Amino acid sequence: MKAILALETGRFFEGASFGSVRETSGEVVFCTALTGYQEIMTDPSYQGQIVVMTYPHIGNYGVSPDFDESKKPHVSGYVAREFSPIASHWKSVARIEDYMKQHNVVGIEGIDTRALVRHLRTVGVCRGIISTENVKPEGLVERAKKAGAMVGADLVKEVTCGQRYDWKKDLGAHGPRVALMDFGAKFNIMNSLAALGCEVTVFPAKTGFDELKKFNPDGIMLSNGPGDPAAVTYGIDTIRKIVVHNEGAATPIPVFGICLGHQLLGLALGGKTFKLKFGHRGANHPVKDLTTGKVEVTTQNHGFAVDTGSLSGKPVELTHINLNDQTLEGLRHKKLPLFSVQYHPEACPGPHDAHYLFDRFVGLMKKKVTA
Amino acid sequence: MPKRTDIETILIIGSGPIVIGQACEFDYSGAQAVKALKKEGYRVVLINSNPATIMTDPEFAHATYVEPLIPSMVERIIEKEKPQVILPTLGGQTALNLAVALHERGSLAKYNVELIGAKVDAIRRAEDRELFKKTMMGIGLSVPKAAWRVPLSEAEHIAEDIGFPLIIRASFTLGGIGSAIVYTREDFLAAARRGLDASPIHEILLEQSVIGWKEYELEVMRDRADQCVVICSIENLDPMGVHTGDSITVAPAQTLSDPDYQILRDQSFACIRAIGVETGGSNVQFAVDPKTGHASIIEMNPRVSRSSALASKATGFPIAKMAALLAVGYRLDEIPNDITKKTPACFEPVIDYVVTKIPRFAFEKFTEADQTLNTSMKSVGEVMAIGRTFRESLQKALRGLEIGRAGLGADGKSIVAKVDELSQRGSDDPEKKKLLEEVENKIRIPNCDRIFNIKYAFQLGLTVEDICRLSLIDPWFIHHIGMIWELEKEIRAAGKAMDVPLLRRAKRDGFSDVQLAYLTGLKSDAIAKMRKEHVPVTFKRVDTCAAKFPADTPYFYSTYEEEDESLPLSKKERVIVLGGGPNRIGQGIEFDYCCVHAAWAIKECGYEAIMVNCNPETVSTDYDTSDQLFFEPLTLEDVVNVVERTGAKGVIPQFGGQTPLNLAKPLLKAGVQILGTSADSIDIAEDRERFGALLKKLNIPHPANGTARNLKEAEEAAERVGYPVMVRPSYVLGGRAMEVVFDKAQLADYMRRALESGAGLPILLDRFLEDAKEVDVDAVCDGKDVFIAGIMEHIEEAGIHSGDSACVLPPHSLEPKVLEDLTRYTTEMALALEVKGLINIQYAVQNGTVYVLEANPRASRTVPFVSKATGVPLAKVAAMVMVGKSLKDVLAPWGKVIAQRKPWFSVKEVVFPWLRFPEVDVVLGPEMRSTGEVMGIDVDYGTAFGKSQAAAGGALPKKGTILFSLRIRDRAQALPIARAFEKMGYGLMGTEGTAVYLRENGLNIQSVKKIAEGRPNVLDVIKNREVVLVLNTPEGHRSRSDGFHIRRTALLSNVPIITTHAAARAVVEGLQQSRERRWEARSLQDLYKSGV
Repeated sequence: MKAILALETGRFFEGASFGSVRETSGEVVFCTALTGYQEIMTDPSYQGQIVVMTYPHIGNYGVSPDFDESKKPHVSGYVAREFSPIASHWKSVARIEDYMKQHNVVGIEGIDTRALVRHLRTVGVCRGIISTENVKPEGLVERAKKAGAMVGADLVKEVTCGQRYDWKKDLGAHGPRVALMDFGAKFNIMNSLAALGCEVTVFPAKTGFDELKKFNPDGIMLSNGPGDPAAVTYGIDTIRKIVVHNEGAATPIPVFGICLGHQLLGLALGGKTFKLKFGHRGANHPVKDLTTGKVEVTTQNHGFAVDTGSLSGKPVELTHINLNDQTLEGLRHKKLPLFSVQYHPEACPGPHDAHYLFDRFVGLMKKKVTA
Repeated sequence: MPKRTDIETILIIGSGPIVIGQACEFDYSGAQAVKALKKEGYRVVLINSNPATIMTDPEFAHATYVEPLIPSMVERIIEKEKPQVILPTLGGQTALNLAVALHERGSLAKYNVELIGAKVDAIRRAEDRELFKKTMMGIGLSVPKAAWRVPLSEAEHIAEDIGFPLIIRASFTLGGIGSAIVYTREDFLAAARRGLDASPIHEILLEQSVIGWKEYELEVMRDRADQCVVICSIENLDPMGVHTGDSITVAPAQTLSDPDYQILRDQSFACIRAIGVETGGSNVQFAVDPKTGHASIIEMNPRVSRSSALASKATGFPIAKMAALLAVGYRLDEIPNDITKKTPACFEPVIDYVVTKIPRFAFEKFTEADQTLNTSMKSVGEVMAIGRTFRESLQKALRGLEIGRAGLGADGKSIVAKVDELSQRGSDDPEKKKLLEEVENKIRIPNCDRIFNIKYAFQLGLTVEDICRLSLIDPWFIHHIGMIWELEKEIRAAGKAMDVPLLRRAKRDGFSDVQLAYLTGLKSDAIAKMRKEHVPVTFKRVDTCAAKFPADTPYFYSTYEEEDESLPLSKKERVIVLGGGPNRIGQGIEFDYCCVHAAWAIKECGYEAIMVNCNPETVSTDYDTSDQLFFEPLTLEDVVNVVERTGAKGVIPQFGGQTPLNLAKPLLKAGVQILGTSADSIDIAEDRERFGALLKKLNIPHPANGTARNLKEAEEAAERVGYPVMVRPSYVLGGRAMEVVFDKAQLADYMRRALESGAGLPILLDRFLEDAKEVDVDAVCDGKDVFIAGIMEHIEEAGIHSGDSACVLPPHSLEPKVLEDLTRYTTEMALALEVKGLINIQYAVQNGTVYVLEANPRASRTVPFVSKATGVPLAKVAAMVMVGKSLKDVLAPWGKVIAQRKPWFSVKEVVFPWLRFPEVDVVLGPEMRSTGEVMGIDVDYGTAFGKSQAAAGGALPKKGTILFSLRIRDRAQALPIARAFEKMGYGLMGTEGTAVYLRENGLNIQSVKKIAEGRPNVLDVIKNREVVLVLNTPEGHRSRSDGFHIRRTALLSNVPIITTHAAARAVVEGLQQSRERRWEARSLQDLYKSGV
């Protein structure tokens, strides 16, 4: 069946429908990861986005519950040169087509995705619509222009958990107790902490500081998530209160932020965020740790970034930068045990180079416990 | 960590001659490294015995030694050039082995030279299989279970422990002798005994077989700060059990989940760290159990490799250049990405296309060879193709392979027609059943046609599951091949009514115009017209980053998409150079060398140079070589697409060998301008009648000849020209199926075989000039003037393919009158043929008369050798002439070099792949079978010859016993040779007849039994290394005589063999002149300066 992807810029691509048959809109972004299409589809940070995969064959090894990063897909639409008609992997339980249909994910294939990416790279990410209805592309373009904007959008409320819960209690961990603020957390953040022996409790994004304090955590994890960080005012407020608490505490609570969590920490510390032209999405971003001088290859998925300049004069040390465009990739508080990175040490998909950050977080929590 | 400042001079070791498993990828890597290090301000010294390399061009390194790659010679160079460091990781296994040997003989310590890239310990940990496994197990990685030095008494017990299937390897055997895969306990003991028997030290190794597991390779880089990145992942379509060099491989990996891939990535970093490769690129190979995902590490190469060249071409990331920069201390993040310029090299390339590599085999040259693919590499070259889908890249690669196929079947080849016909019949048709059985076997047992048979299997009704079960290939690949077949069915059904949407789908799946013509019944031209009108080709850029960042890399591939990215670079006129395609015997690195020079010369003349080629191993497919690189198959359709898109002024087909030359006529017909010598002149040279008429007009002698379509005509023609006669089918390349017949009976035998094979009629017969000297002449002509660049005297007599003969420049035994005739004839022919560019002419000289054998108005295999031997860059001169410069002007800067007397000799010698094909007899003939060449250069002929032999791996023995086993009619000629050996103090040994003859003539020679005469016999003395050299002349056509066994035993025992008198005479001369003398290391630059 024919499908059209139309952009607010006026450009449109005609291809074939794949997965769910309906109309969808969202911010059109591209991701350069070669593997991990299911992790990407289920990453809550992609809420509200139509994701274009640059690698042409998507779905080769099918789908498996092991590759889920949340309970369901979050992308608004999925675009590939070709979705695999066959699933070939010992873990696979279904073909990507079955999975997308089951979860109502709209896809389009057969289009010149490279041309689309070159367009997005030039004009910046923009709004778009995928439609399988028999309509004129011009009309779709008009409607794409009216789709919801990313700037100012709080998408966290759409993806955070309804109520607090304990992560895989049956693991029987007795290590540091982590309160994880769920702004749209990927499973592997919880899994990575649990693998290091942490007891993880997941809190809804709107949890206030008092409730967190009552929980008496050994550390607070600020998760990744979708949308404009500046719109997550409640999150920023809670983090600000954690900082204030820590400033007066004999044994401050260590805080570790990832991606949106990093941006929110940056905002809470007085910084500003801005929207990148076409974002960072992929599994090959070189990041330099300014404290060691070493480069790690990282997974990234963000459309906003913390403005380096906005942090001058604040009690913040810049710890990581992106070598491709010199944007900020990590920071830490000069006195308090607060640190965050813009990229994804939990990988899934992507390299494990940055896993040491979880060790660092656990180390800080253990120090607090012994203090 | 910036670059090291404590280094002034770096010695780079090259990889020597092209052999199976080590081809031009090391010229590509070495040339990149030399360029990069020179740019960093280092003094670069290079040793490589292979003259047909870009890296050994005298303007490349500061000092270039075309010398044998043996430890004593390298030590001499170290002594002379005083490098602080040696970089051994760019010259393949040869350079690594040499580095270890230098360490072992104390040269490194003596001269205080450091190895950079990889230290000796690291090389040993990677190369010694036992040490490697222990190192991997030490860091917790899984390796296939193995047991070393297994005695027979414990073998069964250990085998149970390892489990079946398992592999038995006999220690210290060459060519895989004594190795076996054992599937059951019942078969084990007998196989173990065979292995122990085969091993000279009676030891075997047992290893768990992971045959059928999925095979992956990761190309990894590490810098001094311990930063690691993966440049590319490669998945082998052929699972474990087929050497990766013989496998169809695909990049990136297709069927690994992200967790699977990340495990391999982590393990490859752990591996490179544990092995201790400090800086540079390594290749790590894994086997993955398709049922459990369990990964086992198979091996790692602590150096750049064939796979890293492929990875560089597949991603656009120049691994060898980076490896060189890392070796001198740079960190990855200090080097900019070559392609984006703005982002650093410390990242992992991502691609938005699929790359397929397919090996190219030469079994037609070695018909007796076992064609089953196994863990010993047998292919001689490879082709790579880029497409937006696997199907497109697979079909592009198959048509680029130049084995006469237009893609994955659907091209009307005889087998296709048969499959087409039989597939229509019912399932119990006996003929169909038989064919299906044949096809199933060809899927089950890996061979070079397996990919085609998979498609035929679909056509004959097998399913994806059936084919996966038979082949153990991952279902993902099989399914895509099935998709190609499904589409083919649709196209067949549509026939002449094929519409535009179907055409678009076909082109997007890589179908060629030729295939579509076959399937639809339309003319190929009609399809091309429809395609250009409705489905125009688009070119996409290779940029390392999947379009994320702007890039101006001029590296493109064709596909059928919406957007084209190949804007012209400038307003300059553009000239296209056609490359040579995949390496094969007869067409290899020599032609790539010429193409590279042509591209450079074209740039120098103010044009934009465009390269079209599909061989990933080469320098020509480095995007740095030309202004624009189009990585495309060399077919009419693909080349015309590039011509039309770039608006090039013309195409140069004369540098890439026969492949592009064959395209000249069809290109001309398609309206493309051919630069240089006209297609008509090429035709005159190739058409016997027209060429004969030309020679008659010029009054130049040539051997009498005739043409025959049947035995009677052949016999008549042979009578007329006189025996012996050289016979061959017309339209052959590289001496395919050429033979010398001495009498009527042999002629009848040849004709019977030729007629049975049904190909290549008519048969051409030429008077064979016995005991004639063969001479090659390379010249350049601009239509007005002729420059005789080099006259090469062959060492083997006429009748042995010129590509397989050793030769010397300048000629050392030709009379002045002969040289005069050679010069005159060459000049007259070049002018008469209105050559614009290169011409190579082969002559035979018999009793002072010069006969023309053939003329080829194109680059020859000897162009790089002549350039190195004379100091005049021949390919460059020719290319400039072809774009319109006058020869006089072009040669002006070289006037002095040309005029001066050159007090040195250069000897070209060749190397053969005998060891890879132990079933094949070691005999030279009119059919070319060598894979590569070396050059020996020195101030006297004997030393130059001695060096050439050492460089080719057959160093002349300075003492010991020589074994003679000769045909009766050769014995008299051997007398002076035997006498000379005796005089130099060698012992003589001979099989009965030979020994008696030589003894009767006064020589002191020991007799040894023939094979049938009991033991110890002639084979035993070879196996026990009681002789140091074997002189054996073959008995005639394909006999499985004693001679065959003598030659084969010598080969497997690593004892040098000589099969012609001419070569024996050269050996004697070489030994007489150089045996007592210490070989000096002579750089090309110094030699050229010594000209007077």
